[in-house]
Amino acid sequence: MSLQVSDLRVYYRTLAGDVKALDGVTFSVADKEIMGLAGESGCGKSTLGNSLIRLDGRMKYIGGSVKLDGADVPIWDDNEMIPFRFREVSVVPQYAMSAMNPTRKIGKMVSELTESRGLRFRDIKDELDRRIDLVGLDRDVLKRYPIELSGGMKQRVVMVISTLLDPSLLIADEITSALDVSTQRAVAETLVSFRDHGFVKSMMVITHDISILYQIADSILIMYAGKLAEKAATSTIIEKPLHPYTQMLISSLPEVGVRYRDKKLAGIPGSPPSLLDPPTGCRFRARCPLAFSKCVEEPSFVEVDTDHSVACWKVAGADA
Amino acid sequence: MLSLNKVSKSYKIGTFGGKDLVAVRDVSFDINPGEVVSLIGESGSGKTTVGKMILKLISITRGSISMDGTDVSSIQGSAVKPYYRQVQGVFQDPFSSYNPIFKADRVFELIRVEYFADMVRSEWNDKVEAALRAVTLDPGQVMNKYPHQLSGGQLQRLLVARALLLDIKILVADEIISMLDASTRIDVLNLLADLKSRGLGILFITHDLSLGNYISEKTVILRHGAIVEMGATEKVFGRPTHPYTRLLLSSVPQLHKKWATIEAELPSPIGDGKGCLFHDAYPSAGRSVVPVPDEPTLAKIEEDHYVGCFGLDSEKATTQAA
Amino acid sequence: MTAMTGTAAEKSPSVDDAGNVPAPAAKRARGEFLFFTLRSKKFLISISILLFLALVAIVGPMVDSTDPLAQEMLPMRHPTLDPGNWFGTTYFGEDVFAQFANGLRASFFVGFLGGGLAAIIGMLVGFLAGYRGGWVDEILNMITNVFLVIPTLAVLLVITSYLQARGVMFEAIFIGGTSWPWAARAIRAQTFSLRSRDFIDLAKLSGRPGWKVIIFEIAPNMSSYLFLTYILLFGGAILIAASLDFIGLGPTGGMSLGLMMYSAVTWAALQLGIWWWFVPPGVGIIATVGALYVMNVGLDEIFNPKLREM
Repeated sequence: MSLQVSDLRVYYRTLAGDVKALDGVTFSVADKEIMGLAGESGCGKSTLGNSLIRLDGRMKYIGGSVKLDGADVPIWDDNEMIPFRFREVSVVPQYAMSAMNPTRKIGKMVSELTESRGLRFRDIKDELDRRIDLVGLDRDVLKRYPIELSGGMKQRVVMVISTLLDPSLLIADEITSALDVSTQRAVAETLVSFRDHGFVKSMMVITHDISILYQIADSILIMYAGKLAEKAATSTIIEKPLHPYTQMLISSLPEVGVRYRDKKLAGIPGSPPSLLDPPTGCRFRARCPLAFSKCVEEPSFVEVDTDHSVACWKVAGADA
Repeated sequence: MLSLNKVSKSYKIGTFGGKDLVAVRDVSFDINPGEVVSLIGESGSGKTTVGKMILKLISITRGSISMDGTDVSSIQGSAVKPYYRQVQGVFQDPFSSYNPIFKADRVFELIRVEYFADMVRSEWNDKVEAALRAVTLDPGQVMNKYPHQLSGGQLQRLLVARALLLDIKILVADEIISMLDASTRIDVLNLLADLKSRGLGILFITHDLSLGNYISEKTVILRHGAIVEMGATEKVFGRPTHPYTRLLLSSVPQLHKKWATIEAELPSPIGDGKGCLFHDAYPSAGRSVVPVPDEPTLAKIEEDHYVGCFGLDSEKATTQAA
Repeated sequence: MTAMTGTAAEKSPSVDDAGNVPAPAAKRARGEFLFFTLRSKKFLISISILLFLALVAIVGPMVDSTDPLAQEMLPMRHPTLDPGNWFGTTYFGEDVFAQFANGLRASFFVGFLGGGLAAIIGMLVGFLAGYRGGWVDEILNMITNVFLVIPTLAVLLVITSYLQARGVMFEAIFIGGTSWPWAARAIRAQTFSLRSRDFIDLAKLSGRPGWKVIIFEIAPNMSSYLFLTYILLFGGAILIAASLDFIGLGPTGGMSLGLMMYSAVTWAALQLGIWWWFVPPGVGIIATVGALYVMNVGLDEIFNPKLREM
């Protein structure tokens, strides 16, 4: 399967006007690819993830197209999306592990979910059991209440439920942020095993933690202020990033082993622009040490190398 | 110098307060001026409880805390005010630390009213400006604004400036950068390192080992309320000895190394809270650790490096097993 | 997204993608407040009614200085549009309008004082119980519960059998002293939730003693809530006073709306068709209390952006 997103624009309605959270993004995800979506607060990564499955009341679809295996995904129409959700596109939302009904046993919750999708619980029970074994949980977790499980266990239960119908695309939104370090690894590795076992064809992993992406993602897409900055294979992003923002971001991450007195890291001065009234041209312009005259024009997201795209005049060449 | 000596905290739970929930158990370490001590632990480790006990926001059940030789464990009420001139804290959520209906710089006013009521207004304004510059903030940009008009990084630095107004010796920083963006974290972290070089002692509470390693001289690793390993940072990270430390280090996602294969499912804290909490499970190095009735004391394995593990405190292990 | 970790397994919400809106400056925030206040139909209509009634209560007895209890030896008059006779007279020749205006004044007085007293007691008990917790909370809870289950009517009956004369002041104090429990509960709950916020810890770290924290940190954060509580207590006091007056347990002298209803029923005004005797006080009570409650809802919408009709 492959996902093709073309010039997608999704804005938020607010009292003060439209917040241009996602302002024209174009990219694709190949079959069996785990793509990481990274960026800081307000960059639009959560909006992107959410808009592929459900536009909630505040979000407004403005334009652009989303194609899954060549077929249009009607994200602008809530009703038309129903057959897609859970079957073609599935999501593990942020805070999913805290959002389970505390008065329902896990097994009951799953059966209610599947019945609402027109499936009989009996039919999927065996597969459910197999997958629970696979993620390292005990089968009797189905007979427990959410409060009896630890964070890591809940997260894995949610992941199993979200992928029960073998969706083509799984969107995982900040699934490791709320977990302890020792369980983060288990959960992240579970995600990869889903892809390896074929439960899911491709994945978009949304997170702010680039080091997790290094461990599990095949490629990384960096976003900034509602636009795409760079997309490349994971090792390229980490070792040879081209966009100035990516470079500064990577170099501001302290690693185990790096000490202050040996190598003082530097942050990025300033803060992301307001998306209510975004600046013209390159949105990183105000904080970029390499900004020059051409940057008042918005750079397009072009491929500068195989599978490596960047939106920057300095990289693509001023006449790109 | 701030000194903790076998500090413990337990809560009474259950009907009629029958059972004890031990949140912190026999924690002892020192914070010297000009040094950063990282207190590393996961959720439920008790690290925030330790921080709040130092700040006297939570009472101490057993043990003692002393500041420059004076025991401050049981001071209360108005006697705590002078203590706050030496020890202050900054918390995790910058937006929750400010009363949302007032302006952000009101936190300075609170200090003025309680500690500097006699100071002339212009002298106070100079003092505030000096503190703001020390944390690399421009007074024009942050004064007279509401909290929601400032960024998380600015708010945290404002809180550090507030602490500096009191000429403190020790700062308790409880996860102060975990809610900030990656690009602003480093700035706040570098600020702490700068303050350290000017003589401030800092307790840096965090769950993130790489941050602890970046900035601290001493590291204390906490699990379920007890210290499992502590010592000079290079030694703890360079030669991690306790199984838990090794587990943490192996699980941290690193930027240039893929996850090695160590697998471990640690047991949850056992109800009776006695004995080494790993005695049931640990898959390490073929050593069978015999269950013993009380906690291992910290054994010194080299200069500036202590581990709480019977496997190392072999003398004790054998005598108990006998 | 902002980085997320913490000491507890469940996390607090992070900054939203949509949260990157420049927050309105302080002036604009207050302007927005006023904007919604002036737009809220509920608020505008109810406050107009209340202001009008208050005007009648204050100015009425000054304009029409007839003694409400003075009885004319003339036949009963229907209401006409002549000045001095807007509401006609009662069976005994008492001027109904004078009674109404004076009664309204008394009702407002009871509402103001009774409601005020209940609010003060409720705040004292609620703040103290919510902030201190522990055994202080236990004891105050016990006291609150006792007051909740006291059959106030029975107590009032007992007290009135000892007192020969009762004034409006007594009624106001009695109502104030018995209707505070629900307010105390509500304030206690809110205080509990605010108490564990970081800015309270920060205030403590700044050397603030407990009472200062309550007055300067917690109460201002709840100011809209406290205001709404007072409005409800005000309305509740008027209603209770009217009911007490109606069954004859009101003040022994003076005039009130409930007393008017009481007289009207006693002298069979309904059966005799003397509608101008009981309709004005009835409408007066309904209008006052109703307007107060609607204003409460309107203010709630103004204060709480989530309830506003977009």
